[in-house]
Amino acid sequence: MRRLKDLKKVYDWVEMRVGFEKPVKEAALHPVPKNTASWWYVFGSAAFTLLMLQVFTGILLALVYVPSAGQAWQSLNFLNHNLTLGWYIRAVHGWGSNFMVAVVLIHMCQVFLFGAYKYPRELTWMVGVILLLLTLGMAFTGQVLRFDQDAYWGLGIGAMITSRVPIIGGQLVHLLLGGPIIGGATLSRFFVMHVFIIPALLLGLAGLHVWMVLKLGINEWPMPGRAVRRETYLEEYHKLTHEDGVPFVPVALWKDIVFSSGVILAVLVCAAIFGPQGPGGIANPTYIHTEPKPDFFFLWIYTSLAFLPPWMETPLLIIGPPIIILALLGLPLVASEGEKSWHRRPVALLTVMLLAVGWGALTDLGTYTPWSPHMNAWSSDTLKPEQVKALSPLERQGAIVFQDKQCRNCHEIDGHGGMRGPALDDVATTMTYSQLIRQVLQGGGNMPAYGKNLSPPEVDAVVAFLETLHKPGQKPAVNESNQWVKQFESKNTAPVPFQAAPPVGNGGNPAPENAAGTAPTSGSPPAPKKPTSVAMSMAPAK
Amino acid sequence: MTEETKMQSEHTGSVEEQHVQPGGMSKAEISRRWLLMKIGIAFNGIVGLALAAPIVGYLLSPAKKDRAYKSWVSLGDIEKYPVGQTRLATYVNPWRSPTDGQTDDIACWVRRTGKQKFTVFAINCAHLGCPVRWFPQSRLFMCPCHGGVYYADGSVAAGPPPRGLFKYKHQILNGELQIFAGQMPTLSNTAKLVTTIGPCKGDTPCAG
Repeated sequence: MRRLKDLKKVYDWVEMRVGFEKPVKEAALHPVPKNTASWWYVFGSAAFTLLMLQVFTGILLALVYVPSAGQAWQSLNFLNHNLTLGWYIRAVHGWGSNFMVAVVLIHMCQVFLFGAYKYPRELTWMVGVILLLLTLGMAFTGQVLRFDQDAYWGLGIGAMITSRVPIIGGQLVHLLLGGPIIGGATLSRFFVMHVFIIPALLLGLAGLHVWMVLKLGINEWPMPGRAVRRETYLEEYHKLTHEDGVPFVPVALWKDIVFSSGVILAVLVCAAIFGPQGPGGIANPTYIHTEPKPDFFFLWIYTSLAFLPPWMETPLLIIGPPIIILALLGLPLVASEGEKSWHRRPVALLTVMLLAVGWGALTDLGTYTPWSPHMNAWSSDTLKPEQVKALSPLERQGAIVFQDKQCRNCHEIDGHGGMRGPALDDVATTMTYSQLIRQVLQGGGNMPAYGKNLSPPEVDAVVAFLETLHKPGQKPAVNESNQWVKQFESKNTAPVPFQAAPPVGNGGNPAPENAAGTAPTSGSPPAPKKPTSVAMSMAPAK
Repeated sequence: MTEETKMQSEHTGSVEEQHVQPGGMSKAEISRRWLLMKIGIAFNGIVGLALAAPIVGYLLSPAKKDRAYKSWVSLGDIEKYPVGQTRLATYVNPWRSPTDGQTDDIACWVRRTGKQKFTVFAINCAHLGCPVRWFPQSRLFMCPCHGGVYYADGSVAAGPPPRGLFKYKHQILNGELQIFAGQMPTLSNTAKLVTTIGPCKGDTPCAG
């Protein structure tokens, strides 16, 4: 009992000098609208808790991590393998980052759909937008600090994007990299960003964000029909909090703290189960057998860059981000009044859904990169013995050419191979012999021309092989007019009148056996030999 | 409240009055007070400038003209590179710092088409800088990132690259192949955004 009294004395001594009690009590007990004590209102506090976790685990990692291009990678491996629980701290920091980005995005969607950015909370939203950008900045710079091959080539992508800025692009690249190449200076400046500049801004602005939430009060639960009006809102809100309000502590706060600790627990569990990410291969630019990829949250950008038409890239990369940021910042200024409820804001709801679906689709594509050749498919994805069993020597030679010339890097057969070009399982039924020859020699439709890279016999063989690629029972496509030419040539008579054309069998599938002259079962190429001589003349001898 | 502050508050309390009746000791005191404040601000401004100028200079120091970073680098004896083939060569970047680790080792593709005829390509894809790989069987360069493909001469075969592979300016000196290198080739400065690349004459449109 006496000890308690002594403690109280100490407390009073400090309190008399700092005077925290009154403002803290006011903040804790301020009334909030009753229905905001909801599970929908917990994401902001969870994001802040995650920020604290990141700061804490970041400091722990900085005890060992060395921000030098020569030692960063080694120090992370040392953390992973040599220090007790070093891997776990790395994993918690990494998973904390994933969760933080996710929670910040969910928080943003929630306040957007609840109309919380409207009068008088415009500035709170704007600061929130900057906090989102800073969070993404932390995620990007953090992935650079891993300084593995993904980080190295990711920096290269960043430099190449920067270089597209007109006039000063070259100088900006130097400033971004801290020199002419990606090196020690580059890692140091990303370390400074990740550890000093962005965290300072994050903590300061997050404090301001929370301060404004306390000052202006939490956004009330949006009711359809209760529109925000500048003249009356403050009065209405005051009435709402004081007539139908509850004290923030403990009515609303208990949900915040339960959710926050739940999120932290989820981070810990993920970290324990999945472990830390990387580092991957060491950042050595002469190791070119690498397929760099950004972290999960930037995959959508990676995907977009593969699909943008070349003429659109520079304008979109340079102008796009500022437009998006300005649109987000300007949103509360153009829509500061009116309905808050998502029931009355179909455009807002559709926008969120569209962005979510678009983001999901781009991210999904980014996980398996269908636009990229599979660099090892030609040597690792082989044809099964039964696929070549019935083939003629020429066709088998064609199968070898198909593998050896890396066709498979872009074309799937039997579900294995690259996805850059179309799968070739049925190619014989969609393209005729001469179309195949033309496609192989001249390319087109985003396929390189192989005219200079294949000898005429190789072209002959690979097309013979392609002609065997169709489902059992299906016939390879043939060119009707070719059959007529062939018929004409072989008979060496006057051309047959057009109406005498043989009927085209089975619903437009152009392969009437009587016209084809040869049986179209897999054996030899069914089409006449004529196009091959064309191929011979088109392909320069190598 | 000390005597001094009391005096000050008395003064400020009578500012209104003095303002209405200009002249006299008090007015002079107030303007002197503000003059001192202005001098203080001006002094801070000067010191601030003196502080800022070297900081800005320090921060902007990496932004140099390309030539400052580039110099001739040897890729070794030309006989290392067989005629008719394209080989990976590596060199140590001429501009380096003590903490670069392995990032100073730069790779490039050397294509030898004749006894004295070479083309040296940068490793970086012209789209977004990923490392392109040479496939001698199909005689193509392929990029692992966004599907850029180039022919043996470096021209675009497929995919998003806005121009062919970057080329280094090169020379043969005493039987050694040398390239003019030192910086990561990008679409700005030396490389420029051109759809076709001619032979390397002068700085543009060569890389490095």
